[in-house]
Amino acid sequence: MFERIQQMLVKEFIQTFRDPKMMGIIFMMPIVQVLIFGYAVTTDVRHVKTAIHDLDNSVVSRELISRFEKSGYFDIVEYVERDERATELIDRDQVKAVLRINNGFGEALRAGRTAKLQVIVDGTDSNTAGIVLDYSSKISLRFSQQVLMTRFTRIRGLAQKPGHVTLETRAWFNENLESRNFYVPGVIAIIVMLITLMLTSMAVVREKEIGTMEQIMVTPIRPFEFILGKTVPFALIGFADVVLITLIGVFWFEVPIRGSLPLLFSATALYLMTTLGVGLLISTVSSTQQQAMMSTFFFYFPAVLLSGFMFPINNMPIVIQWCTYLNPLRYFLVIIRGVFLKGVGLEILWPQLAALAIMGVVTLWMAASRFQKRLT
Amino acid sequence: MMKPIRVWAIARKEVVHILRDPRSLMMAIAIPMLLLVLFGYALTLDVDNVPMVVWDQSQSQTSREFISRFDGSRYFSIRQYARDYHEVERSIDTGKALVALIIPTDFGSDIKSGRAAPVQLIVDGGDSNTATIAMGYADFVALNYSQDVAIREIARSGGPKLHPPLDMRPRVWFNAELVSKNYIIPGLIAVIMMVIAALLTSLTVAREWERGTMEQLIATPVKGSELILGKLLPYFALGMLDVLLAVLMGEFLFEVPLRGSVGLLFGMAAVFLVGALSLGMFISIMTRSQLLASQLAMVLTFLPSFLLSGFMYSIANMPPPIQIMTHLIPARYFVVLLKGIYLKGVGLEVLGLNAVLLAVFAVVMVALANFKFRKKLE
Repeated sequence: MFERIQQMLVKEFIQTFRDPKMMGIIFMMPIVQVLIFGYAVTTDVRHVKTAIHDLDNSVVSRELISRFEKSGYFDIVEYVERDERATELIDRDQVKAVLRINNGFGEALRAGRTAKLQVIVDGTDSNTAGIVLDYSSKISLRFSQQVLMTRFTRIRGLAQKPGHVTLETRAWFNENLESRNFYVPGVIAIIVMLITLMLTSMAVVREKEIGTMEQIMVTPIRPFEFILGKTVPFALIGFADVVLITLIGVFWFEVPIRGSLPLLFSATALYLMTTLGVGLLISTVSSTQQQAMMSTFFFYFPAVLLSGFMFPINNMPIVIQWCTYLNPLRYFLVIIRGVFLKGVGLEILWPQLAALAIMGVVTLWMAASRFQKRLT
Repeated sequence: MMKPIRVWAIARKEVVHILRDPRSLMMAIAIPMLLLVLFGYALTLDVDNVPMVVWDQSQSQTSREFISRFDGSRYFSIRQYARDYHEVERSIDTGKALVALIIPTDFGSDIKSGRAAPVQLIVDGGDSNTATIAMGYADFVALNYSQDVAIREIARSGGPKLHPPLDMRPRVWFNAELVSKNYIIPGLIAVIMMVIAALLTSLTVAREWERGTMEQLIATPVKGSELILGKLLPYFALGMLDVLLAVLMGEFLFEVPLRGSVGLLFGMAAVFLVGALSLGMFISIMTRSQLLASQLAMVLTFLPSFLLSGFMYSIANMPPPIQIMTHLIPARYFVVLLKGIYLKGVGLEVLGLNAVLLAVFAVVMVALANFKFRKKLE
């Protein structure tokens, strides 16, 4: 039995790597993805191109403008004098925001009234626009607070100050809030899923499509051995990718690993059981590689999008949040980020591990039983 | 010379082939719709209802009022009141809360007697985007509260009415409610088309090679360019059907405003589709293996168009070398066109350059596919 499995493994490896391009894909794809996520995907918003439309042109208005400039979030590219020019700049995408200060701004502040400041943003990119508005309101509120303090002391004298809150903020696990620390561990999970799903589902179906399945069926190999032969090589490739991405993440991007590596690898094994199981299931319901590939993506896209990899699960509608409990990627992401960034262990992560174990056993068992029916 | 009859014959053969596999055909329509529904309903980068744990050591009326400022905003939702530091820690470790607010014992008396009251805010920095935004909100709440304390203090002691000095009025153009689907759906059309087009065509030539039917085709008088054109036509129709469905869903299901010209939208979609289909065809010709072709199509089309096209992650925020790289990604130009047509309602007078570059992409891909195919036939 072991010899037959071994033969099957050798055949599978030869077949997978016969084309050197395949080798490239299996190891290049993870590298490209890690690099993209490590460098390009960032939601940090800085240097927003901004135009100033200052009708007041007073000392205070210039003071407020310089607050915006010094924050580092806004790059002032032009001082405009007419509304039409501001419109034109936004239309042509040359600025993302316009700061508009009306006549009488300084006068209102001096007289102790409320002065108005208008911030116009280009809403086409709603994420950036929202962040720009947050920055602006924070800067104006700070400015406002300062003016208020002087008004307060003018009434009550210098000795008296109003009570106020000072917020001391600390970010745990990712002190500098770098988005790569969030994405790079996650890439491990999505890459491994794609590679194992696709290799398993397409490799089995290819035998059917090009007619070599009949040849395999006349050999003494048993269905169980066939399944092992079709999954173990891809599990190994999956593991190799995990190691590869982890190395790049740690040594190139300097993502910290604070937890235990053995825990990470055991969780990977459980996770691979689910992805290989799903891959095999897809292969039992597909008769051509085209079908297998389309079915793989039909599973893969929602699995990635509803996993919390990019989009926080908290923000999804509640019904969709329930659906995500069926997604193995969701659990693996919690584990992998827990191990990398938080450095937590079994005592925290056991529910996720248990969920993966159950899903792994169930999918593999379903796939194997469907598979045996097909073969006999 | 290209003979229409031979092109037609290839196209008919390909149509029969597509119809014979109804499941793949169904998925070519279902995958785009699934993506649209997910992005339209479920996925957003907006940060709302950040789960929060509060440890209120002060237990005073003042501290409760301060906490209610957080609870009352749509940005935070308090999930737990902790009794000690250990509970705070555990809540963040397990991911039950992303933010912890720790109010010291003296909070109430500090505020009352006009001192600075330090409040600690701990944020799970793992998801840096959510963390940054949550920190910004918290800052905002604290500043607002301090301002109100000062105004109330003066009013209590019978002083003149204090006005908040500055009032910032935001005005958002093109997408007044900052609905992220308005910004996502138009760009998503580009991603979907790129993916579907490349997935569909990347297997079509590789399959003929793998099954050995390519030799039969070579033996017929059909020419390379006729074969490619014939194979492209049915997928072009399928791709345009996807565009139509996406536009209809955007219009009626998600109510994304379409302010520009519909004709320009479909015209540009057709140009982009020709390029994307030819790219898939080119991959298929290069690899000759379906497994390899599908993987390559994934790396060359899905990832770049999803991550580097500006569809979701703004190109202006990327590091400069990557910004330069994005010029090589055709989806980038199409995303700009789609967003311009949809949200800004501008036409070629503003988008002309993008349209030209898109056309260049299409022409180059068609030429490349033809060129590679001729060589392989020999």
